[in-house]
Amino acid sequence: MKYLHLIWAALFRSKTRTLLTLLSVITAFLLFGLLDSVRVAFAAGGDMAGYNRLVVASRLSITQMLPARLESDIANVPGVKLAVRGAWFGGIYQDQRNFFPNMSVGDGFFEMYPEYQIAPEQLQAFETTRIGAVVGESLAQRHGWKVGDTIPLQATIFPTQGSNNWEFKLVGTFRVTESKRKGEENALYFRWDYFNEANDFVKDRVGWWMVQLDDPEQADQIAQTIDKLSENSDHETKTQSEQAFNQAFIKQFADVGMIVSGIMGAVFFTLLLLTGNTMAQAVRERIPELAVLKTIGFSDRSVLALVLVESVLLLVLGGVIGLVLAAVIMPVISTVSGGAVQLPTVPGVTWALGIALMVVIGLLVGALPALRAMRLNIVDALAGR
Amino acid sequence: MNRIKKWLGNLGVILMLLAGLVAWIMLPWPGVLGAAVLAALWLAFTRSGRLALEATRIGIASLPQRWGASSVIVIGIAGVVAVLVAMLAMGAGFQKTLEQTGRDDTAIVLRGGSQAETNSVITRDQVPLITSLAGIAKDESGRPLVSPELSQVVNMVTRSDGTDANAQLRGVGDAGWAIRPQLQIVEGRRFESGKRELVVGQGAHRQYVGLEVGNTLRLANQDWTVVGKFASGDSHDSELWADAETLGATYQRTSYQSVTVRLDGAEGFEPFKAAMAADPRLKLDVLTTKNYYSKQSEGLTKLIKALGTIIGAIMAIGAVFGALNTMYAAVAGRAREIATMRAIGFRGLPVVVAVMLETMLLALLGGLIGGLIAWLVFNNYSVSTLSGNFSQVMFQFSVSPELLWNGLKWALGIGLVGGLFPSLRAARLPVTEALRSA
Repeated sequence: MKYLHLIWAALFRSKTRTLLTLLSVITAFLLFGLLDSVRVAFAAGGDMAGYNRLVVASRLSITQMLPARLESDIANVPGVKLAVRGAWFGGIYQDQRNFFPNMSVGDGFFEMYPEYQIAPEQLQAFETTRIGAVVGESLAQRHGWKVGDTIPLQATIFPTQGSNNWEFKLVGTFRVTESKRKGEENALYFRWDYFNEANDFVKDRVGWWMVQLDDPEQADQIAQTIDKLSENSDHETKTQSEQAFNQAFIKQFADVGMIVSGIMGAVFFTLLLLTGNTMAQAVRERIPELAVLKTIGFSDRSVLALVLVESVLLLVLGGVIGLVLAAVIMPVISTVSGGAVQLPTVPGVTWALGIALMVVIGLLVGALPALRAMRLNIVDALAGR
Repeated sequence: MNRIKKWLGNLGVILMLLAGLVAWIMLPWPGVLGAAVLAALWLAFTRSGRLALEATRIGIASLPQRWGASSVIVIGIAGVVAVLVAMLAMGAGFQKTLEQTGRDDTAIVLRGGSQAETNSVITRDQVPLITSLAGIAKDESGRPLVSPELSQVVNMVTRSDGTDANAQLRGVGDAGWAIRPQLQIVEGRRFESGKRELVVGQGAHRQYVGLEVGNTLRLANQDWTVVGKFASGDSHDSELWADAETLGATYQRTSYQSVTVRLDGAEGFEPFKAAMAADPRLKLDVLTTKNYYSKQSEGLTKLIKALGTIIGAIMAIGAVFGALNTMYAAVAGRAREIATMRAIGFRGLPVVVAVMLETMLLALLGGLIGGLIAWLVFNNYSVSTLSGNFSQVMFQFSVSPELLWNGLKWALGIGLVGGLFPSLRAARLPVTEALRSA
């Protein structure tokens, strides 16, 4: 630490160059912050290992609905604590561009999702209001909805009395505390019994069941038991963990992970090259100075450390600024996109990964110049050879 | 006083640069060609132009000595161009596939308010009403070309990683083939109506397991035989086709989802639409298929394009800093050489032009390499994604000459910015100081 001012001075020896390098590091980590947050947000549907939920949906396809009478059989499977029905609705609020998921759910939905927080009186209102609906807080904010408002939705699949106009009464809002799952606040839920009663086409049909287990360890076996219930019928089911279900769905939107990591690879390769080049140049220019340091008694090893720390410092400085910028920009993107993209902030995982990358890249690009500095022969270096 | 002047000068340069960049990105290719010809004429036929050319030759001759640093510019810009072109090629490929699917002389009828086939319902009693409307083409035997269709999403196992994906199983009527003449059977034969037979698109055949001709599939507890493979060069390639009646019976579907009709040429659409609106029993939407499929691709294409441009722009900024860094270092390293040149009579402009030309040359090289990488790796690279119908559409990245040209323009733009400031510094370097210090 006592050499910090020395390293700092060395870092800003050539202001233009350091500034430019810093700027390219900043842009690289800004991009990293944005892309990795997207990746994390995409994967978030998948890593909920702590939760003990299964999804029971039709084996044929996700658009095929299942008969509601299956519910009692599913609920009676040993090890099943709770089964809650749901059905995709697919309504549009005012304009297609306002897309948000909306679906009908059966009683017990908030018991199933303890991570969705809702005030008890609002929950009660949801359970007793026939046309009641609840929405996530971000969605309510985006459209300026208040509890008590009427929300009109245009149906795209299910008409009611020959018309596409549905109306719901907002009785409550819920929050998701975990920041990387904030996107789930972008949804509207209403009562399945109202859906069942009011829609013209399907009666007593359900899109899927969420099933909560007593013991997550038994998930595989319970899933098999549930699928046995409807085996060889015209409504065979496929039961999988919520994680597998979400990932299978997300994966179908082209392989986002591949594209993102490809871009990231290109960015970092470029970054490594730029910074490495700058560090090599910085050391080359400073050879006489480093020789002086050695002359006055700095050991080979401390010269090595000085150069390495300098390069890590450069990377960390630029990287942190870049990630902070990403954190500032992301809410702006969410707002501009009208909520279609939900990127609340840079998640902790991305920060951790980013900082690890800064240190590793810093060490990598600093290594060659630092070794060169360490091996300097004082006499040759002072003589400018 | 001098500082303020210099500062104001730099500000002016930046403003001019921004205006220049905007104009450059907007410039169509004849404009670029014209600018290049003008620059070449100036280089060849004016005194300062020839001096600039000489200075550039000296700079380029010393390039191999600074190859390490210069390759940073080349590789950095190649990275930007490759990523940008690849992203845009993905959007272009998706759009192309869906746009090719539709035609002006066929129309699709959906239930009012539904945006995609999945959401639509057309009842059986509506089909004869649609068939009798004006504007529909007829086949040789005088029957209107109308195909009531079903679309069922089925789970298929992908070849690539063995996971499930949603494939579209389309049930078509008798006229289904006549309406889509671009569809050719490449192996086997068509399905026979009334039988549980399937024909599969070549894209689906490539993507999913078990779609070989002669194979039997189990769908909805029934055995289906694959009897043929077709090629259409559009999004139907990702589909499986079967007889609409048989499919409806299997999945217990009493109504259809869409009706596709062949129109009396492109002019047939207006009368057809008007006739549809005039019948109060038909609360249906009608679109030309071209319109329908381009609407389906609109959202995703826009998203990919915007994403590609934003990521490309951020990377380009990073690359500009890299190029600036390298060129500043190059100018500093050649300070004595440049000062000598100026001492023996090279004025400011040739020096500026020389450094600029050198950077642009490196940028051009980077742009070419990047474009080449994007083309080699990504042209016709197949990916699939979920479309508006909840089913997979397979499409290919399409690296068009236009995209490559755009990438090259970006590369030269980066070179322009990256070279300008270092070249100005080279021209402003006080001769005596540079000669003494270096």
